[in-house]
Amino acid sequence: MEISGADLVRAATFIGAGLAMGLGAIGPGIGEGYVGGKACEAIGRNPDEAGLLTRTMLVAQAVSESTGIYSLVVALLLIFVV
Amino acid sequence: MDIGLDTVSIVKAGQYIGAGICMGFGAIGAAIGEGFVGGHANRSIGRRIGMASPFTRTMLIGQAVAETSAIFALLVAVLLIFGNFSGNGLGAWTATMSAGICMGLGALGSGIGAGYPAQEALWGSARQPALGGQMTTSMLIGQAVCQTPAIFALVIAFMLMFKNCSGIDVWPYGASLIGAGIAMGFGAIGSGWGGGMAGGKACEGIARQPRLKSSLTTLMLVGQAVSQTPAIFALLVAIMLISIGPKEGTLLTSAAMLGAGISIGLGAIGSGMGNGVNAQGACEAISKESSTTKEMLTFMLVGQAVGQTPVIFALVVSLMLMFVKFQVPANLVGFCALLAAGISMGLGAIGSGYGNGDTGESACKALASNPEGRAGILPLMLVGQAVGQTPAIFSLLVAFILMFGNYSGPATLPAAMAVLAAGISMGFGGIGPGVGNGLTAAAACEAVGYRPDERGLLMRSMLIAQAVAQSTAIYALVIAFVLVFVI
Repeated sequence: MEISGADLVRAATFIGAGLAMGLGAIGPGIGEGYVGGKACEAIGRNPDEAGLLTRTMLVAQAVSESTGIYSLVVALLLIFVV
Repeated sequence: MDIGLDTVSIVKAGQYIGAGICMGFGAIGAAIGEGFVGGHANRSIGRRIGMASPFTRTMLIGQAVAETSAIFALLVAVLLIFGNFSGNGLGAWTATMSAGICMGLGALGSGIGAGYPAQEALWGSARQPALGGQMTTSMLIGQAVCQTPAIFALVIAFMLMFKNCSGIDVWPYGASLIGAGIAMGFGAIGSGWGGGMAGGKACEGIARQPRLKSSLTTLMLVGQAVSQTPAIFALLVAIMLISIGPKEGTLLTSAAMLGAGISIGLGAIGSGMGNGVNAQGACEAISKESSTTKEMLTFMLVGQAVGQTPVIFALVVSLMLMFVKFQVPANLVGFCALLAAGISMGLGAIGSGYGNGDTGESACKALASNPEGRAGILPLMLVGQAVGQTPAIFSLLVAFILMFGNYSGPATLPAAMAVLAAGISMGFGGIGPGVGNGLTAAAACEAVGYRPDERGLLMRSMLIAQAVAQSTAIYALVIAFVLVFVI
């Protein structure tokens, strides 16, 4: 198998994409789960405010999602653009 | 540079690298565990100055037990340094290096785990000085069980070191041997650590409620025994890889054997730890509400059984890699595909395994906080755990796609790396959502303990939160698909 410089670069973009998305998914997954947990706890204590709490939860999760989306964007850039 | 490729030098090189890995990793766990014990000894002496000498004695006994796994690692490292294994053939370099990996990593969990029972025994004696002797006994039982995975690792390390590989080609059998070391080394971490956590809470509970000593000890032992399951799976796979690992084959055979070791080794970490966390919750719960003792055992076992799912997925992938003849092409792409299948499943099982345990722990505590709410807790726990399985299922799916894929394109380096990266993406990407889903379900279970009447609302909120926490696992899945199918 002959490997040219371009092959090496292309291979590196794929490995980079895999690492970016894989490692990048860890944080948001844990963070969003933590937020969701606290929201459930709060709804358990104060069920009347479930709507407000769910809204707040979703806003917080969306923010915590952002780094996962950065990872996705970087992975897609590495695969399709670079 | 001229390399003199004689057997003695190559095997020696394998031995020395193995010795370094063995003692390096092997030193981590025991030292942390002993640090926990020392810290709590100081805390306890600070509370009861007059008892400094018995506390110091208990500390030293507890630390001595925690030291065991590090001493195993030292033993293996010394054998690797001074032993001469070149009589076992050229392939012995893989066996000896793998023995080092196995014992080094295998000492991690048991070393840390042994710290928990000792720290709680010390702090418990500080709160209830009259219990001194009893606490030491409970501590020793708890610590002894969490040594099991380190003993498994020692057994495999010895099998590897003394394996006679003469007359056998280095590959693919060397890959089986390295796979065995990886399987048992990583596979021991979760069970050792988790078993220790269960032992710790049991000791704490005995200090709070000495009259519950026998039920707490039973619950602890059952919980710890179930937490050993993932390590036992790893042990089985390691023994199979050593004893019936293929002696001839292609590059693909090597990849499959390595993948098999990686899948079960990494895949055992989460379930092992999760099972321990689940048992820890059960012990803590009955020490607070003893009327639930009988039911708690059932609750714990149900939770632990579901928490076993990710490691069973990993076991299935390992066995398939060992025994199925795959149609992937015999080139670098096929090699990476089989390796990546192991990586995807192994890493991807960690989060779900741990998260499931976390949910089970909170379900046990919720039962203790409100035994009347049991009708709401169990379904919530099971649904929460089932959803928490999703990242492990994605990883299983990617592993299957990788194993049974049709790689008709040219075998280039980029194509091979794309396949490998798919496994890396899904594997790591499954960890966070698995843990996160578990955290959400855990809190929902605790909440339903306080408010059983709101269980419908809580179930809905939990599912929404879990769905959102799943998103990054879905991104990882998409990237894995793109890497496999689009590239």
